[in-house]
Amino acid sequence: MAPSAPSINSTMSSRMATPRPSSYRYKSEKRGMTYNIMLVGQSGLGRRTFLNTLCEREVISPPEAPNPETANIADPMRFDTYEVNIEEEGTRISMTVIDTPGFGDGLDNTECFKQLQDYIEAQFDEVLVEESRIKRNRRYRDHRIHTLIYFITPTGHSLRELDIELIKRLGEYVNIIPVIGRADSLTVEELATFKQNVMRDIDYYKLPLYNFCWDESDSEALKENREIMDYTPFSVVTCDEVLDNEFGAVRVRRYPWGSIEIDDEGQCDFALLRYILLNSHIADLINYTEDVLYENYRTKKLEVGGFGEGEGEGEEENDEDDEVLGAKNE
Amino acid sequence: MSASPNDTQDYVGFDTITQQMERKFLKRGFNFNVILVGESGMGKSTLINSIFASHLIDTQGRRAAQEVIRKTTEISPVTQTLEENGVRVKLTIVDTPGYSDQCNNEGCWIPVIKYIKDQHAAYLERELKPLRDRVIVDTRIHACLYFLNPGSRGLRPLDVEVLKRLTEVTNVIPIIAKSDSMTIEERTAFKRRIKEELAFHRIVVFPYPSDEDTEEDRVLNASIRELIPFAVVGSEEVIEVNGKLVRGRRHGWGVINIFDETHSDFVHLRNFMLRTHLSDLVEVTAQRHYEQFRTSQLRQIKELRAQQAAAAATGGAPPMPSQAPPQAPMASGVMHQPMTQA
Repeated sequence: MAPSAPSINSTMSSRMATPRPSSYRYKSEKRGMTYNIMLVGQSGLGRRTFLNTLCEREVISPPEAPNPETANIADPMRFDTYEVNIEEEGTRISMTVIDTPGFGDGLDNTECFKQLQDYIEAQFDEVLVEESRIKRNRRYRDHRIHTLIYFITPTGHSLRELDIELIKRLGEYVNIIPVIGRADSLTVEELATFKQNVMRDIDYYKLPLYNFCWDESDSEALKENREIMDYTPFSVVTCDEVLDNEFGAVRVRRYPWGSIEIDDEGQCDFALLRYILLNSHIADLINYTEDVLYENYRTKKLEVGGFGEGEGEGEEENDEDDEVLGAKNE
Repeated sequence: MSASPNDTQDYVGFDTITQQMERKFLKRGFNFNVILVGESGMGKSTLINSIFASHLIDTQGRRAAQEVIRKTTEISPVTQTLEENGVRVKLTIVDTPGYSDQCNNEGCWIPVIKYIKDQHAAYLERELKPLRDRVIVDTRIHACLYFLNPGSRGLRPLDVEVLKRLTEVTNVIPIIAKSDSMTIEERTAFKRRIKEELAFHRIVVFPYPSDEDTEEDRVLNASIRELIPFAVVGSEEVIEVNGKLVRGRRHGWGVINIFDETHSDFVHLRNFMLRTHLSDLVEVTAQRHYEQFRTSQLRQIKELRAQQAAAAATGGAPPMPSQAPPQAPMASGVMHQPMTQA
């Protein structure tokens, strides 16, 4: 089904519910929501500009010109953290974005998956430990990853081995939303075919993506969610340039044969994706992470390893505390 | 000298050799072999089909979910004969599906380098036969189109590894095939970085400077080197633009005409490969890459023989397998032995 321009109507904004109160998370109107996103994808697919365009300002500055000497050296994958405060339709979001430059850029990339898994699990472990304390830290900041945005290369064919492995390995720990980076290299027909092929691969390999329709209780929302899911994977084109025309400030990418407006829903799915990430589904993504993904992890961990209870002080986080509490850290 | 040279008795007429050679050439036709190296989805098959204006090869990219993901690089040659104004070319396009497509790409270049060297080896074998063909079948690779990833900031580690090896055995032409997702500024910056990196790592791509170059050649080659890597867009589709039919790509925000020089370097690449440097590509393969291969092979054989002779003289180990029939001392047994490094 060829994607037509999405109609983002007002009923979507009514879906934005406040997150369910959690006895664990300390919530403050002033502080806003805590939201953690991870960006994963090979270099050259637009992760950095995506973040800047999403936040409407330069969060990650352009990297310095690479030294020709290091062209043959693959940097190991690293985790770069950026803190951004956004205000979206009256709600303040305290967002942490973790970029992962180096993913998939080396000759042998098989280690990348384990590194990502370890990182995500480490955030779960921190919460597990914190939860088990006798006296919990009121100011504890939750670092669990709520969304992983995965950038797919626009080959026009279907998923590559790297893509399949990543989603397979990480889908049970984090909500994965696939996007097509540099989608402006595909024509309208090519994009439609590519999306179809990708979704067929997702079905065939049973790859665990974030299911927009996981909550089936609200039938109206379900209908909208099904429509949203039809756009998966989301085509993304991002840029650093802002142009002033008669309609105001417009974000564009200019080519000799025309210009693409990033926010035009008929030309790419960026606007829709931004709405999903920061508006309509932010609560869902957080809730699903806490109520399902984390809980599954916790259950598995406790059945296997054993986090026990014990005496001890609460506020300081030090090894002595963990020992007293009987927590087994790997 | 008089105005019409054909009228004087002093006119010898050996200048007609060019026409004589042309007639011979037309009769015989020639071989042209191109290998495409790049990960799947880079636009390799579309580009080569666009350059030759014929559907020569199908894309080998994985489309259906049931298609298995390739575990290694495969070598997939397709041969066709094209004709233009009486000139026939036997064109072989070698695709390399699976290259750089896995999570672990260590060694993915080995089948490619091996294939190129094997063609040199096959030619050497035919050349060394005591009774050889009048015209030796030439399967040697004359041009390697190396596809770079648009959007990367420069060469990737894999590119550096592979380009170093490829440039030692064949003529390499670096290309950005799907350059329609790069703005002009991005392209310019990318080209500049690639050139810096190639220079730093001493990777020498075609065209090579030569002492025999005329001033005209030097100017032309300089302008080609400016363009490298060629930022091209390929298309097998014909679309309508302002009432005209052109080969292009239709995006929601504009139409790309692949023959428009402000849109892409396609015309420059095509002219370079086929209209100005085609015979160079063939000749340089023979004179430079093949000769290098031949020299090193024959040296190795000579050394091997010396070792065998020394071993036999000391009455030591039995000689290495060179039980080739007397007429063809360079039979395959010995030939292919030294040739397994990539």
